Amino acid sequence: MYDLIVFLPLFGFLIAGLFGRWIGARGAELVTSGLLAVSFVLSWIAFFQVAAGATAHVPVANWFTSGKLAVDWALRVDTLTAVMLIVVTTVSFLVHVYSIGYMADDPCKPRFFAYLSLFTFAMLMLVTADNLVQLFFGWEGVGLMSYLLIGFWYERPSANAAAIKAFVVNRVGDFGFSLGIFLTFTLTGSVTFDQVFAAAPGLAAKTFYFIGFDWDAATLVCLLLFMGAMGKSAQFLLHTWLPDAMEGPTPVSALIHAATMVTAGVFMVARLSPLFEMSSTALSFVLVIGSTTAFFAATIGLVQNDIKRVIAYSTCSQLGYMFTALGVGGYSLGIFHLFTHAFFKGLLFLCAGSVITGMHHEQDMRRMGGLRTEMPFTFWTMMIGSLALTGVGIPFTSIGFAGFVSKDPIIEAAFASHRFGATYAFWCVDIAAALTAFYTWRLMFMTFFGQRGDWAGSLPADAQEDHGHDEHGHGERAVPESPPVMLVPLAGLALGAAFAGMAFRWFFIGGGHEAFWRQSLFLGQENHILEEMEHIPAIVSASPSLFMLAGLVIAYYMYVVDKTVPKRLADAFPALYQFLLNKWYFDELYDVIFVRPAFAIGRLFWKGGDGAIIDGLGPDGVSARVLDVTRSAVRLQSGYVYQYAFAILLGVAALATWYLFGGGRL
Amino acid sequence: MDLSAYLTLAAIVFTIGVAGIILNHKNIIIILMSVELILLSVNINLVAFSTYSGDLTGQAFALFVLTVAAAESAIGLAVLVAYYRNRGSIAVEDINSLKG
Repeated sequence: MYDLIVFLPLFGFLIAGLFGRWIGARGAELVTSGLLAVSFVLSWIAFFQVAAGATAHVPVANWFTSGKLAVDWALRVDTLTAVMLIVVTTVSFLVHVYSIGYMADDPCKPRFFAYLSLFTFAMLMLVTADNLVQLFFGWEGVGLMSYLLIGFWYERPSANAAAIKAFVVNRVGDFGFSLGIFLTFTLTGSVTFDQVFAAAPGLAAKTFYFIGFDWDAATLVCLLLFMGAMGKSAQFLLHTWLPDAMEGPTPVSALIHAATMVTAGVFMVARLSPLFEMSSTALSFVLVIGSTTAFFAATIGLVQNDIKRVIAYSTCSQLGYMFTALGVGGYSLGIFHLFTHAFFKGLLFLCAGSVITGMHHEQDMRRMGGLRTEMPFTFWTMMIGSLALTGVGIPFTSIGFAGFVSKDPIIEAAFASHRFGATYAFWCVDIAAALTAFYTWRLMFMTFFGQRGDWAGSLPADAQEDHGHDEHGHGERAVPESPPVMLVPLAGLALGAAFAGMAFRWFFIGGGHEAFWRQSLFLGQENHILEEMEHIPAIVSASPSLFMLAGLVIAYYMYVVDKTVPKRLADAFPALYQFLLNKWYFDELYDVIFVRPAFAIGRLFWKGGDGAIIDGLGPDGVSARVLDVTRSAVRLQSGYVYQYAFAILLGVAALATWYLFGGGRL
Repeated sequence: MDLSAYLTLAAIVFTIGVAGIILNHKNIIIILMSVELILLSVNINLVAFSTYSGDLTGQAFALFVLTVAAAESAIGLAVLVAYYRNRGSIAVEDINSLKG
């Protein structure tokens, strides 16, 4: 059964990818979605079996063996994997169905569905991995598919640039990740999880000499591995690719850049919890990076105008929450938030896709407004998604939308933790809760409330004129609700966004968590974070809800009551506004620090090394000199006989002279 | 007998012939004529040395040279006519098919 779950999507990819031309677009859609539906049903069955206590280890084949290094293909199915299986197959299945509607006009549908299925396969390989090398295989597989799907519309230069950026930034993280795998093998002599975990306690006293320092071995391994997670999960400093990745089709954003691939880093840290538990330093680092990302991405989300970018920064921020949870040692909290986040963020992206389709591929929120009556279904599902994202619920109980049930415990855990950096992390994520509420409701109010064109005044001058010119053909057109094939997945995800938190809380982080997770998550001797977070002041427990309400009220005032406030605020604090609008100037900074020097070095080697030295002096240079010589020799051959005769005469005269006067004796 | 006078004459004729080949840029017939001059200067030398040394071999040889020169002129003119028919010109300036 586990084989089927993992390999059916691969099968779907092969059919749609190799025979898409023969079976046609409709055939490709049906085959890939149908196989994934089977995979989806089996995953839920597997989940309940695993939850009941049936873990499994399915060997598939030997991959390679070299000396001590033996790597097998094997599926490791425990609770953590089972949770990821249902997340991946559920969202992937719904996205497949949704794409049938969203991509209806696209001429390359078989390719799209083949990519989606191959992505799902790679992601499933990642979550079922039994060793670090197989994990790395899935890791790179999803990276590749992310690249291909971001650049799916390859005729757009911006999509190609975004795809390359995503790939290159991920290389930075993967560099650290692969070093981490090498180091794990060096230290423990194995890459198989069971053996690595068994050897993990032995790392405590070891040190490792690396770039001039003696590092604590466990810390170094964890930091290197976490570098990979930072790249894949778009954490602070390596986040720049995620917003640009929105160039891809919206279903791709929902599946890859919200629900599954970007959470691979969270999964990996949770999977390697026995290693991370060995190093408090590494966990502090995770904590600080995670909470910084949660805060920083939320601030950028406040001022973005592209509907998908707002949600992209929101994703970045929510990933920060997950890492915060991991950083304080609450692995189950992080995975629980991953689980609920997959539903409500996938839902938000698919709703945004529905809006974008309705608006004829317009993504700028300033040109939207009043869509509530025209797209009621999308509006209500997106409302559920927003309520879930902002964490609406009744404080001191566990009744609320998914985000409330999974996010608020993270904030509480950050407060309760005694780890270095926990106070900083608490304030970051707590304030980020207010920011989250603000940007989410801002999105909702700008898109669905008011009138079309309410915000056209804040468009840049040239875009405004363009729009005014277009008004009669474009603005007056009614926005149709999306077809049912797109609305059904919305309903499915909305169900998850509303109830997944309440339904699974007890198992994931409540009283049943030990029986549920069993050995799949490791907690050290001193790690009692799940208990400690129960004993915190009431005001702290209520603070996320209060902050959320504050964000909602401010957004309501600014974007519904008095619509001049945003512009006045932006005019009052131009520096801050520009700073946020330009995403803390990270792209510009990286451009100066990395991109331009790289180009300069490249140009140096191109013009100087290749052009001047190799072409000038090397093979090309030699051949050019030979050509020069022959060209002058050619010029001697005038073709006039009398000149040849003259040359002969001169030669004879010279010979005779030499013979007579030079004393030469032949 | 003053041998140097004959040799000087032969040298002058030879030089005129060579100069005719080298300096002439107009007509290919002049080149043929110059070649004849060179051959003549050789003949003068042959005859002069023959008389000087009292050996008739040189004079007999001169007769052969004349014969060969006649044949050579005939062939040269024939080539010339054929060339003119092909290219429509016998100007020296135009004959440079060997140009590299």
